[in-house]
Amino acid sequence: MNTHRIAVSLLAALAGITAAGGATKAPPPAPNLAWQEECGSCHLAYPPRFLPAASWQRVMAGLGDHFGTDASIEPAVAKEITTWLAANARKPKAGKPEPVPPPLRITETRWFIGEHDEISAARFKSPAVGGAANCAACHRTADQGNYSERNIKLPPK
Amino acid sequence: MNRIVHPRALAVLLALVAGTAGAADPLPAIQQAARAGGNFTGFSAERGAAFYRAKGSDWSCATCHTPDPRQPGRHTITGKAIEPMAPAVNPARLTDAAKVEKWFKRNCKDVLDRECTALEKGDVITYLRSLGR
Ligand code: HEC
Ligand code: HEC
Ligand code: HEC
Repeated sequence: MNTHRIAVSLLAALAGITAAGGATKAPPPAPNLAWQEECGSCHLAYPPRFLPAASWQRVMAGLGDHFGTDASIEPAVAKEITTWLAANARKPKAGKPEPVPPPLRITETRWFIGEHDEISAARFKSPAVGGAANCAACHRTADQGNYSERNIKLPPK
Repeated sequence: MNRIVHPRALAVLLALVAGTAGAADPLPAIQQAARAGGNFTGFSAERGAAFYRAKGSDWSCATCHTPDPRQPGRHTITGKAIEPMAPAVNPARLTDAAKVEKWFKRNCKDVLDRECTALEKGDVITYLRSLGR
């Protein structure tokens, strides 16, 4: 029995109790605890808004061989995370076809490449950055889910 | 409906959660499995130390956890920092059986292309616990 799961459901129950006794305002969309724990251990937990739901479903279906590592998780937990990622994923834009197959990497999406077109491949690969997927090397508040331009600081060359 | 929870009841509940989460020592179950395998004469910190540094196809445990488990490590692909593995400097380590088993399963597959045996797991835990500050 996974004790974390118990803790998570108990906390969720507690949150429900306080909400029931409180105001009518809808609660803010809480970050999913299982996602934070399971998807934030080898790299920062990439926010769902950077990939469409179809991409997340593809990522989650292949965790046994995840970019060269084994990231497999319990099926029940994987299901919970997949549902949460898909619900908070980037919404497709009307009239803009989504690429097929859906990209597995944020760093391979048209959006990402366009947003970072001023950064050379060599700069991304430099030891101080360690690859485009290491968002936090430049986005200093990425671990809090904040990628705003104000908090960007490239490491020295 | 208006449900009211007494603050003390909440505190007790939270203490319970904190107490059960991560309370399980991973070693007893591993030892039981090693015994069931037969010929078991105990775990060895020396064997664990050698295993920790031995390379599989590309990596060893030391690749991400550093050769000295008292030091912070670094994920070799993503560069993310990893807290030290030795309980002497990081008391949260090796206290949650489910977490330990999950990472043995993943990391052994990545390093050795197979799961670790109960003996290997017990040796590594014994080695990590044998380290002082
Ligand atoms: C066992 C380690 C591990 C775990 C656990 C893990 N990942 Fe990864 N992930 C990696 C590695 C390694 C890469 C490749 C990073 C690189 O190329 O720099 C990666 C890359 C990714 C990428 C692509 C990044 C990009 O745009 O280039 C996504 C998306 C991703 N992971 C999602 C997830 C999700 C969702 C979870 C949780 C279910 C998860 N990861 C859990 C190791 C892990
Ligand atoms: C080498 C440094 C670097 C890395 C690594 C990097 N970025 Fe960026 N990112 C930038 C820079 C610089 C900009 C600003 C581009 C501009 O304004 O023209 C930016 C812009 C952005 C923006 C738009 C911010 C805004 O407010 O307009 C987002 C979102 C973003 N990056 C997400 C990511 C994610 C997610 C990752 C990891 C998968 C990542 N970045 C990796 C440097 C980086
Ligand atoms: C590719 C990088 C990598 C390699 C190689 C690796 N690990 Fe890990 N290991 C991790 C990450 C990431 C975590 C989870 C992050 C954390 O707990 O700080 C982890 C966590 C663990 C844990 C959980 C400990 C606890 O109680 O919190 C154990 C046990 C472990 N690793 C053992 C091993 C062993 C044994 C080997 C060699 C067979 C090994 N690892 C090789 C990356 C790696």
